Amino acid sequence: MSKENPSIAEDHACDLGEEVTEPGELADVRASAMRPVLETPRWWWPAVLVLGAIVVLGIVAWVVQVADGLGVAGYNDRAFWSIYEADLVAFIGVSYGGAVVSAILRITKAAWRAPLTRIAEATALVTLPVGMLFIVPHLGSPWKIWELVWPPYWNLSSPILWDFFAVSTYLLATAVFFYLPLIPDLKIAQEWLDPNRPGLRSRACRRIYKALGGNWTGSAPQRRLLHGAIGLVAIMIIPMAVSVHSVLSFAFASSSRAGYLETIFPVYFVVAALYTGVALVVLSIAACRRLWHLEAFIHSRHFVRLGFVMVAFGAVYLYLTFTEYLIDGYSGTSGNAAWVHQVLLGRYWIPFWFYFVAAGVVPIVIMAFRRTRTARGAVVASGLVVFAMWVKRLVIVIPPATEPLVRSPLSAGGVLAGNWGTYHFTWVPISITVAATAAIPLLLLVLFRFVPILPIAEMEELAGPEERAESVAVPGLSSGDGFRPAAALGGRSLAASTSPPSAMGEEGGR
Amino acid sequence: MIHGEPKRPGSACQPGQEGATLGRRGFLRGAALGGLGLAALGSLGGVIDASPSAAATQQPPAKAAHQWAMVIDLRYCNGCKLCTAACEAAHYLHEDQTWIDVFTMRNASGESYFMPRPCMMCEDPPCVPVCPVSANFRTDEGLTLVNQSRCIGTRICMNACPYQARYFNWSSPRPAPRQPFPQEPAWPVPQVEGTVGKCVFCAAMLPAGKLPECISRCPMGVLYLGDLETDVAVNGLGNTVKLSQFLADHDAVKFKESYGTHPRVFYILGHGQDLDTDTEGA
Repeated sequence: MSKENPSIAEDHACDLGEEVTEPGELADVRASAMRPVLETPRWWWPAVLVLGAIVVLGIVAWVVQVADGLGVAGYNDRAFWSIYEADLVAFIGVSYGGAVVSAILRITKAAWRAPLTRIAEATALVTLPVGMLFIVPHLGSPWKIWELVWPPYWNLSSPILWDFFAVSTYLLATAVFFYLPLIPDLKIAQEWLDPNRPGLRSRACRRIYKALGGNWTGSAPQRRLLHGAIGLVAIMIIPMAVSVHSVLSFAFASSSRAGYLETIFPVYFVVAALYTGVALVVLSIAACRRLWHLEAFIHSRHFVRLGFVMVAFGAVYLYLTFTEYLIDGYSGTSGNAAWVHQVLLGRYWIPFWFYFVAAGVVPIVIMAFRRTRTARGAVVASGLVVFAMWVKRLVIVIPPATEPLVRSPLSAGGVLAGNWGTYHFTWVPISITVAATAAIPLLLLVLFRFVPILPIAEMEELAGPEERAESVAVPGLSSGDGFRPAAALGGRSLAASTSPPSAMGEEGGR
Repeated sequence: MIHGEPKRPGSACQPGQEGATLGRRGFLRGAALGGLGLAALGSLGGVIDASPSAAATQQPPAKAAHQWAMVIDLRYCNGCKLCTAACEAAHYLHEDQTWIDVFTMRNASGESYFMPRPCMMCEDPPCVPVCPVSANFRTDEGLTLVNQSRCIGTRICMNACPYQARYFNWSSPRPAPRQPFPQEPAWPVPQVEGTVGKCVFCAAMLPAGKLPECISRCPMGVLYLGDLETDVAVNGLGNTVKLSQFLADHDAVKFKESYGTHPRVFYILGHGQDLDTDTEGA
């Protein structure tokens, strides 16, 4: 439906990257994929230094917290879980995007995914360890964290222990999933990198390509094996990701507190992770496209399609939220009624309704109207989703942790019984959260100095040799719309979607 | 077809039913045999360490000499909070680290009453299974304790406890001078920063025949230490009662009984309270 009039997509094709690069500069996928490795843009060092400084501030905040105790983070006995737990859920959640965009689109053979997969997988690879690290400030005694890997102490009935197992396994799977499609690219990168190029990083690159590239020759049996392995990991990583978020939700749900004891929680957490994961991939792709001039490969329609995937999850999440509050509000037991009241109308009404508008309604509206259904629209919607869903996680985590459990029977009129606890935000957890947010672009900036930013082999393979030659002369694509002819390797979709009216359905089935 | 039809279901069904019956019978037989075997093993265990008192109180075969419990007679509590103060002084706790807290509650007709809340020492404690590093455990005398040197501070036990009986050491604990007992789960004094704490029924004092601090300091005789094993309960004023009869005579209840935690703290009501009113899913 987005492609009823192809010119609309073309109109907005380059509304993210206005700077027009020289024709022919982006002609080759290899050159574009290797440019971040070979060239240091002017903004690179300042960006890394600023982001690095923010990360250092976060580490300082954590050191202060270790020295003075968790109390400096605003916690108290009547608000024992709060921002770090919300961060843990939110950051591990956004790492889901890699699994969705890469694995699900791979399994469904959506060819348009090709230029996006490397960035999506890299985003997952860097966000997951950052999310995992939130275990450290969350713990009251982080110096005893080794006990989690000491089998004699394990308590196999604990959801937190299984969180730890599930996330660790998922981290390994994410790393493998990043690495496998990279193997052929490492060989290409090795050829591409001048063996006499001086510099520490070039030497490191050469060594990494050699060590990790293995004995890849690109022979037919090797390729068959690699395809099989990628397909297998793509299938395995989806239930693995589901397990991570389900178990994460058990940590909350293994409780008798209203707002935590919810049968809907595992599904709710998984859908929230899918939703924010896709949103982060949109942001990440938009930033990479802009910074490294990938406009020739990543088009407006990529953003629009990811935007559709995102709001589909967003709609499911909105529905689950509605179900949760409706049924808990209806039940009328004192705890549930008071909690629903607190969230919808009481102390937490601002963050809740902020979520409802910013991550519930607005993204759907943006993607619903043709006028706003553009790359820029998708990026705005994604930014809203990532932030507002973090706020929603606070709304999930904080109110039940402050619920008064020893209280008089519900007073008439039904609202508040007992005194609710309060969490006070302080500079410490906010600094740590901002630092973790800054760590993601920082790690991506560094990562793409070492690995090709586009999946070269995958893109070339999907374009096919004959189509690569053909694509040079695809009509109507070189007309100043930001697409470069040879860049049509960026996706078969490009060539395909010029003719059929509904490109989405067509390619999804291919 | 016409001839075949009445026959078919029969012939098709018979073996199937037979099979199902046999399967069910086989299963039941197996289950019965297994159960008998288990029972035999169990009775063997009972013979080996025969303890007549365990059989008498119909408790699961308990090896411990005591099964500690507490009775809280709400009829006499005047909310003086001397129990809280005595406890915090004896264990060098911060002011908000309430092993025993006294809540001001309201009954259905809006009158206030006081409700002391120690650890409930649940028979099925929700805090124990959720700890990732097994820092919570239950002794054979029925006391749930925290190994603070093990606790890593996930606070998931605070989430699990329905009685708000746990707190966290958010900052450095109060220093304690030399203690009569070593620092151990039964006497977690001084507290350890970055770990969870809770009431331990003064577990280290019980073997010496001393009452917990809160009980011995209660001027109203509200709190009783009970032992389900010997069926006796004593309060700070020296009143001794037969536990089972005392509970039965006064229709004692447990707090949030519907949660299935089986607390070993019994409340005697007297102000028209209904402790179960606010239990979900009742």
